Order: sequence, then C-alpha cells, then structure tokens
Amino acid sequence: MLPDLNNLPVYDQTGVNERIQRFCSRSIKTSSKTAGLKLAISMIDLTTLEGKDTKGKVRQLCYKAMHPHDSIKDLPTVAAICVYPSYVSTAKKALQGSDIKVASVSTAFPSGQSSLEAKLTETKFAVEQGADEIDMVISRGQFLAGNYQYVFDEIASVKEACGQAHLKVILETGELDTLDNVRKASEIAMFAGADFIKTSTGKIQPAATMQVTYVMLDAIQDFYLRTGKMIGIKPAGGISTAKIALQYLVILNEVLGEKWMNKNYFRFGASSLVNDILMQLVKTETGMYQSPIYFSKD
Amino acid sequence: MNRLDIQKTYKLYIGGKFPRTESGRYYPINNRKGNLIANVCLATRKDFRNAVVAARKAQSSWAKMSALNKGQILYRIAEMLEGRKEQFIAELIVQGETTKNARAEVSTSIDRLVYYAGWSDKYQQIFSAVNPVASPHFNFSNPEPVGVVSMIAPEKQGLLGLVSVMAPAIVGGNATIILASETKPLSAISFAEVLNSSDVPGGVVNILTGKKEELISHMASHMDVNAIVYCGNDEKHIKMISELASTNVKRTIFYRRNDWTHVECESPYFIEKLQEIKTTWHPVLV
Repeated sequence: MLPDLNNLPVYDQTGVNERIQRFCSRSIKTSSKTAGLKLAISMIDLTTLEGKDTKGKVRQLCYKAMHPHDSIKDLPTVAAICVYPSYVSTAKKALQGSDIKVASVSTAFPSGQSSLEAKLTETKFAVEQGADEIDMVISRGQFLAGNYQYVFDEIASVKEACGQAHLKVILETGELDTLDNVRKASEIAMFAGADFIKTSTGKIQPAATMQVTYVMLDAIQDFYLRTGKMIGIKPAGGISTAKIALQYLVILNEVLGEKWMNKNYFRFGASSLVNDILMQLVKTETGMYQSPIYFSKD
Repeated sequence: MNRLDIQKTYKLYIGGKFPRTESGRYYPINNRKGNLIANVCLATRKDFRNAVVAARKAQSSWAKMSALNKGQILYRIAEMLEGRKEQFIAELIVQGETTKNARAEVSTSIDRLVYYAGWSDKYQQIFSAVNPVASPHFNFSNPEPVGVVSMIAPEKQGLLGLVSVMAPAIVGGNATIILASETKPLSAISFAEVLNSSDVPGGVVNILTGKKEELISHMASHMDVNAIVYCGNDEKHIKMISELASTNVKRTIFYRRNDWTHVECESPYFIEKLQEIKTTWHPVLV
C-alpha cells in the first residue's frame, strides 16, 4: 500500500551539504585505503548502456569484470554487469562459471515513457534471458504530476514481473528537483517492493550526487527501523574516481553501518571507475603514478 | 599617509588555474641580505600528479591546433612579457641579479619566444623526409609530439632558463609540467600570469615550485609522462632519472649547461628532441 507521504522528514539543503562536507574530509590511507578500494571494486556494476553496444563489446566487458587486472593479488571481481535487455543472454554466457550477476535495465530505460504493458513485457523478456537483477526507471512525469499511486502500482507490477530477479528502482534524482522529492520517491519505491534504490540512469545531469545518496540512505534507515527489511542502494553515473568512491563508502558506513558494507546492499553503477581504482592500487603497490594506457579499456 | 605595499602570494600554476599546494606547505625566498622577499609553495607529488592529469587532458587538442595558431600564441606570450618587462627586471634584481644581467635576461627571453614562434610551421619541414624504399610504397617520415613532458628548469636563470626549455616543447605540440628553479622561483610564477593572459590553453604549461629532492623521482617515474627534461649537473639526479624513466621507456634529455644566454641555446633541434618520428608506408602503383 502507498505509504503516508505527508509526514516525511523535510531536508535542509545547507544542513545536508555540511554533513557531506564532514564525511568527505576523512583521510583514508595505506592499508585501509587498499581495503576500501578492493571493497569498492567488488561493489561495481560494470555498465555499458549505449546505442552502439555490440555483442563483442559486452563480451569484452564481461572478461574485464572477471579479470579486472590479473597482476594485482587478491583482487575481487566486480559485482555485476549491467546491460540492455538485448545483451543479457550474451553476458550470461560470457560470465558462465563466475558468480558475477547480470543486471538488465528495463521499462523503457532511460526515459520510462512507454505503456505499462510494454514495460512488463520488456522486464519478462530480460528475466527469461537470464537477468539476475532488473534496473527499472520510475515514471518521473507521473511522479512530478503528483500521481504517486501510479508510480507505486507500476513498481509493484514490475516487481511481480521480475519473479526471482532482484529489482533496483532508478529514481533519476536529476529530474526530481528537490531532496524532499527524492525522499518521497524512495519511500514509494521501497514500499512498492524495491530491493535496491538507485539514483540515476547516468543519462541525465546531475547524475549521482552525495546529497541525494545521503537522503536515500536516510530513507533506507527509517524503512529498516520500521519494517526490519534491509534495502540496498546504488549510486550511478558520474562516479569516476577512486577518491569519490571511498567518500561514498564513508557516507554509507556512517549512515547505515557495517551491515550494508557489501555488494548485497551497495553497488556503484560505473564504467571508468574500475580503471581509476586499479591505477590507485598499482600506485600503492609500486609507488609510481600510473597511466590509463597500461590498463585494459572498459 | 603611508601606504602599505600589497605583497604578492606566489602560488602554483596547474591546468590554467593558480591553486595553492594541496599540502599547505611553503618555503621562504630571501634576498642577498637575508631578508624575506616572499613565501612560495612547496609543491608535493600530489600537486605534480594533478598537473599531469591537466597536461594529459590539454595535450591532444593543443597538438591538433594549427601550426600557425600555436605560433601566434607563442608570439602573444612574447607580447605580454614585453608589456611587463619592468616588473620582471625588478623581480630578477630582487632575487640577486645585477641590473645589467636582469635586463639582458628578460629581453633574451622575449626574443627566444619570438624565435620559437617563428619555427612553429617550419620545423616539420626540416625534420620530415620522403624516404627511398625498394618496394612499391610511398614512404615518408614526419615528426609528432611525444606528449606529456616533465621538466626540471635551469637553476641559475629563473626566467630565461624556463622559457628556453618550455618554448621548444610547446611549439612542438607537447604539454609540460615544469619545476621552477628552486632558488629563483619568483619569475616562474609571474611568468605563469603572462601565460595565463596569452591564450595558452590551460594545462599546456603547468608550473610548480618546490624541492627537487622531493619531486624529481615522481617526475621521472610517473607512467603517464612521456619524456623528462633535466637541466643541471647533479650526477646523482641524472642517474636516478635515467633509472626511473626506464620503467615506461620515457625519453630522457639532460642539459648540463648553466648559462642559457648564448645564441646556441636556441635551435630547432631543441624542438626535435621532443618529437617522435612517425614513418608511414603508403602503397602505390609501380
């Protein structure tokens, strides 16, 4: 049932900014940094969502997911590959034998402007092709027009269509304008059955920001205290450096705590982040600053 | 009423901006009598790393700019320097130069910029070749910039030394990170202000001030730097640079001379040192 959206906390932009500032000033060095970077790699949904994607590109990305950089010892694989529904079977086959999940975007990604029927068919197709996770977008137009019930019902129907697959709900916070709207959309998504809430498609600027991530973490915590159910979170888009990734981990740990510090409850939607983290790890090992030309493309 | 002089804060020049060093450290520059003239930034390896990122970002579009355009920009630097001549002369005098030498150093610097501006669309012609080959190919070689170059500027001539190594590097389409003279760094940072008002795209020239001992090893080992130019005589430095540069087969160039005034210190071969020669085999009908 649609939750009561009238009594949600309201967010003070300045207050949120200040809180974020304090998280970002933490200094994480040496062994904690290495551990944090490896953890971050294990949480990445390595993503390719372009019109020009091909089977070859997807297979190459899958190889990168399984072997981020073989010369670094004890390096985890990434959490999942994120592709369009048409490449789910390609990715599934390429990832055979590994425990890397295949996530598929769905519901007329990235705009979400299509009929519910088409969205459900697309979702079922992705699941039949073998997708372990579905990344759906909410109907921002309906949300901004105040049709919260529509948004709620749509998420609930997609969740049903997902069956066993995990559902990540993309709020596309760059189009929601205010932090209060982000909170509202998070509530709707969690009550409608989302397993994860995700900030952005990566196609709209601004994509993931620490401010919206913080508000979403706050919503997840309240939801957990009320229902006992742990919801995951996935900031996506624009997180391209190791430094920023570590700052996200700090925020996660501070707001939700250690229980959330694993790939079951936290993901980065990213592509170029992997190489930046790898460069940092090799730098820590060798003491020499690295160049992207010595790392495989993603 | 007495007026208080406004003292200049000497900062770094990275990516077209003037940031302070991320470390917040600085070191004092004294005049001959031992009085403090200014505090300058003590750049760290992280400042250097940021400068490499800026240089890498700027290099390809700078290289693609037409030769004419690059020449015009170098000429523009000379124009700007000419307009601020007196300031540079005064600054050199404060750092211990005689008036005569300071005047000569500034005017030679300006002339040198004009000299290399002129070479911008000519060096390609003298370093290119059509090569005779024994197969049905049209075979030709032409120079291309090596890419990102880290430079340790000459110690003795704070302005002329820097200009003499910078100009041939950038006219050839490279982007540079220059460590200014440790004992005479003031002119380098003032020169950055000249660069900043001369249409040189941000990141093409980055200037750091700091200790050689702290920075040289990173300038030599950074995997995203394609060449390193070292001006000086310290054999320890030269050995270390040679060893560290080998990890990514950086090109190493050592200039041992102290005085950069002589006319021998300008030649197209200074440009050629930072060029890679690309040879193309183009099939043709016999």
